[in-house]
Amino acid sequence: MERIPILKMGNLLLVTIQVDMHDRLAMTLQDDLTARIVKDHARGVLIDISALDIVDSFIGRMISNTAAMARILDARTVLVGMQPAVAITLVELGLTLHGVQTALNVEKGVQLLQRSLD
Amino acid sequence: MSQATTGHLARIFGDNQDALLEGWLSGMLSRMVRRDKNAEAELRQQAARFIPLLIKALDKGQTYDIDQPSWAELRHLLGDISAARVRQGFSPTETATFVFALKEPLFALLRSALADKPEALAAELVETGTLFDRLGLFTVEEYQKGREAVILRQQQEMLELSTPVVQLWKDVLALPLIGTLDSARTQVVMESLLQKIIDTGASIAIIDITGVPTVDTLVAQHLLKTVAAARLMGADCIISGIRPQIAQTIVHLGVNLEDVITKASLADAFLVALKRVGASVSYQHAA
Repeated sequence: MERIPILKMGNLLLVTIQVDMHDRLAMTLQDDLTARIVKDHARGVLIDISALDIVDSFIGRMISNTAAMARILDARTVLVGMQPAVAITLVELGLTLHGVQTALNVEKGVQLLQRSLD
Repeated sequence: MSQATTGHLARIFGDNQDALLEGWLSGMLSRMVRRDKNAEAELRQQAARFIPLLIKALDKGQTYDIDQPSWAELRHLLGDISAARVRQGFSPTETATFVFALKEPLFALLRSALADKPEALAAELVETGTLFDRLGLFTVEEYQKGREAVILRQQQEMLELSTPVVQLWKDVLALPLIGTLDSARTQVVMESLLQKIIDTGASIAIIDITGVPTVDTLVAQHLLKTVAAARLMGADCIISGIRPQIAQTIVHLGVNLEDVITKASLADAFLVALKRVGASVSYQHAA
């Protein structure tokens, strides 16, 4: 079955989304991610969407939900690598992803998480 | 009214080309406000090109309807002349005079050629008058088109000129906005800001609205959109340059700017931004 890989970096988890999302994949990702946060005692999650040219309301909501789930398990989520065109589209759609922290790239996302965890 | 030519006009033109050209030129030169050698030479050249094309159009098409394909070359020439005059700053009257000035010497010639046939003369005068009116109107229309093209180009240039994104410090960008924000401009502003964020890796952007004359709900909404888009790219925004009246308007309109850092002046915003990126300013000597 198709899965999105979750990489462990110290006390952080890195999720890179590179394929089109659909219901099943999103559910699997949320299952896997919550399980990994508990198992690895992760304190932060980075979701990298730099490979996505299109982010629709479905993916937007999925990201918000995932961040909320991670928050309950005491892990902060940072969304990184959004393309300018994607940002403009999301704003026009009225999806500002409230409650999700953002960073320009993975490096800055790691810095942000590390600073808030210290 | 018949559209077919009687042939008189073509014949008169063919027989008296030089005399017509001279009469026409002297008429135009006497009416010209600014006279110099260059303008005279240019005028002479334009007139010399006009008459052969007019004869050709009359011969070929046998019609006074200038929308016909036989008049295409002449229309093209008039279009060129109008466009050139727009660039040189001629008035519409001066431009149209180019065509209308030919009427005088032409009517004089017609009168002497058809002196013994008053009815034919009257008919010919009406036909010729109509033809030249149309040519004149066409010239003015072309002039107008040229003017509109100039205005359109200037609008685009203004759009590009008025949305600079400058880097104030490492990781700090500033976006000084001048003029009213409409949807089209917001789009341009947003695109250039987001691109600059990627290029410089900036983490904070100051949007300065000192040059924005009024802030209504629509402008505020556009500002908030820009802030939200920058935030999605991982950059925080500070809105600065808020004048007292604008602060009052924003509150009266019920616009919510609570999620955004706002500062009265660009200097204050810059200090906040420096603190965010971990830099500080100090004086070497006590003031």
